[in-house]
Amino acid sequence: MGKTFQKPEALAETVTHYCPGCTHGVAHRLVAEVIDELGVRSKTVGIAPVGCAVLMYNYFTFDFQEAAHGRAPAMATGIKRVRPDLVVFTYQGDGDLASIGMSEIVHAANRGEKFTVIFINNAVYGMTGGQMAPTTLPDQRTTTSPFGRKILDTGMPIKMSEMLAALQTPAYITRQTLLNPKYINKAKKAIKQAFTYQIQNTCFSFVELVSTCPTNWGMTPLDAIKWAEEKMLPYYSLGVFKTPEEGSDSEKTVAPSN
Amino acid sequence: MQNEVQFAGFGGQGIMLMGQILAEAAMQQGYEVVWIPSYGPEMRGGTAYCTVVASDRPIGSPIIRYPKHLVAMNRPSLEKFAPTVKSGGTVFINSSMISIDAGRDDVDVIKVPIIEIAKELGNVKAANIVALAAFVSRSQVVDFELLRESVKAKFARKEKLIPLNMKALEAGKKAAMV
Amino acid sequence: MGKVLMKGNEAIGEAAIRAGCLNYFAYPITPQSEVAEYLSRRLPEAGGVFLQGESEVAVSYMIFGAAACGERVFTTSSSPGISLMSEGISYITAGQCPAVFVNIMRGGPGLGGILPSQADYMQSVKGGGHGDYKLLVMAPASVQEAVEMMMSAFALAEKYRNPVMILGDGLIGQMMEPVEFPDALKAEPSNKDEWATNGMATRNSNQRNLVKTLYLDPEELNSHNLMLRAKYAQMEQEEVRYEAYNVDEDYSLLIVSYGTMSRVCRTAIDNLKDQGVEIGMIRPQTLFPFPKTAIYDAAGKKSCRAVLCVEMCMGQMVEDVERSVSGQRPVHWYGKCGGEVPTPEEVMEEVNKLANP
Repeated sequence: MGKTFQKPEALAETVTHYCPGCTHGVAHRLVAEVIDELGVRSKTVGIAPVGCAVLMYNYFTFDFQEAAHGRAPAMATGIKRVRPDLVVFTYQGDGDLASIGMSEIVHAANRGEKFTVIFINNAVYGMTGGQMAPTTLPDQRTTTSPFGRKILDTGMPIKMSEMLAALQTPAYITRQTLLNPKYINKAKKAIKQAFTYQIQNTCFSFVELVSTCPTNWGMTPLDAIKWAEEKMLPYYSLGVFKTPEEGSDSEKTVAPSN
Repeated sequence: MQNEVQFAGFGGQGIMLMGQILAEAAMQQGYEVVWIPSYGPEMRGGTAYCTVVASDRPIGSPIIRYPKHLVAMNRPSLEKFAPTVKSGGTVFINSSMISIDAGRDDVDVIKVPIIEIAKELGNVKAANIVALAAFVSRSQVVDFELLRESVKAKFARKEKLIPLNMKALEAGKKAAMV
Repeated sequence: MGKVLMKGNEAIGEAAIRAGCLNYFAYPITPQSEVAEYLSRRLPEAGGVFLQGESEVAVSYMIFGAAACGERVFTTSSSPGISLMSEGISYITAGQCPAVFVNIMRGGPGLGGILPSQADYMQSVKGGGHGDYKLLVMAPASVQEAVEMMMSAFALAEKYRNPVMILGDGLIGQMMEPVEFPDALKAEPSNKDEWATNGMATRNSNQRNLVKTLYLDPEELNSHNLMLRAKYAQMEQEEVRYEAYNVDEDYSLLIVSYGTMSRVCRTAIDNLKDQGVEIGMIRPQTLFPFPKTAIYDAAGKKSCRAVLCVEMCMGQMVEDVERSVSGQRPVHWYGKCGGEVPTPEEVMEEVNKLANP
């Protein structure tokens, strides 16, 4: 009987710094498995964000660059434009991508840059200590919204997938989650699809992953999963918002002019 | 020996082009050359001016406050710059649009109705070439034949316009002799 | 190839191509937008990459990403744009990637103006972004020199794995001068496979490369900074460039001036010579490393009574000149801001004041 479970080659032999119950480890593993399965490890360049995953390059066995806060999509653009043969992905959290890096992600998506974005949405700034993010839910308590997020002051949480799907150019946009094995399998399929579109030079691909942050939410890992299911999933609905084959619902009647 | 020519007028009168054609001819004649435009918001339809410096030595300061020559294509330019021209220089006046004098008796003044002349040639757009030819043939800042070559080179991509501009050169030269 | 009459901005773009750099990312800003306009036509024809980014911030990271792959890449901007790029520049120096930044300076602070200025001296030379870093800064005084500096910049950036800045002003970008392009450079063998994140397959290696700027361990960060410092020290040893003008005469005053301003000073010096007054000049061609020794020696000449620093800003270079002169002579400043380029007459007047107090 052969091995039924082993560490992906793309994943390094080391212990991560992530908190117990954090879903970053799962997301890393899925990316590593996909890269192995697609056989592209030796031509992949990852881009680490600023945030909890800033040290993620320690957990992978291929080339990595480390970006400044929010700038990963600009760096990925630089790489793909000069080396379109490389496989490039950014891995960004919600503070990084939806706040300080909003401009970079929107424009990279709108140019249809042929790289893949893995977007970790856990409704909070992790590394800096649990501050409010653009994705923090209404009334959710964080260290900078101690009485709960007041939407009159700070607006409603930003739905990045829906927002990017409203652009005409970016073509593969999906929101998945890592809250249980069934979801994880679907998330992996989505990540593989995203990388496949990139490798085929088809389109910009974006996979949002609804994730947990037990530490900054002040919950046990199990409670965190429950909270995410009850609070986050109703607002951040799962699904494929757009594919290159089908377009999005709102767009099916509008064909690009060229 | 250093020659400085200030070209000034409205945006759209071909001021920058006149300067560039002259600078190219001066370079072909073996001079050190600098062409400096006014740039920015003022080039969007307002006043436009540029300066050409041609010298037999390396050009130090490219900023010329007192040019040797002036080509004034509109009245505000003449009013503004005529007092700055060095004594003994040349002031070209586009008399189609300027009814006043240079107000100087120590410079050589040429007045040419370039718009009427260009219209007679069949295209008012050639007015700036008429002006350039008149100015050059009078001031002798560059060899006229090199000016002709420079005009041809500038219009190399719009070959259809070359015959018109050759006629404009001759007409300008003739007007300056009067 | 003979001389062609070319605008500084366009010549800078062409020089990059001839230096083997076919990758350009930029954001428009006066007075240098002609570089982007020129390259948007020229680069596709040369088989290169042209991309207009969404902001100067983004552009600086496009440069970082491309440079970290070991590809030659450059951008051009003007003062307010360079302020925005300064974040990325700090990261690129920390990540030790070669790249070329061109700053065609305009007046500041804030939006300032669009006319020529030299008010970004401190920003360029002392590090406009955060942290202990330096750029190798070259300051051309003519379109021809801008071309030559561009063509040498990429090799220098690669030698030090550090960004090089070409610091011009609005006049260098906007004026046309005759230019003779040197022969296109041949690509030198590079050590980029040792550090570039160009994909393991590209370099036929099992070892991955990492371009990063985070060093959480204090000792490691200190060592990293010491290593950067050693590179800057090596630049000071090997890369100082300057031009000495009229220094064989017994001058009573030494001018230190660079870029467009130094041309005005040269005319002033020539005119004063006709009047029997000898003035010497050191024109730094590299602003970092600064020609300290040349200025020290020239200021120390027996006949020299004072040093005059002439700049199109409020005296940002004076500190470096004072440091170089080391108290041997008094150091004075003359300059103007906002696009008013001092005339030779004004410089002469200032010189006469100092020469006949």
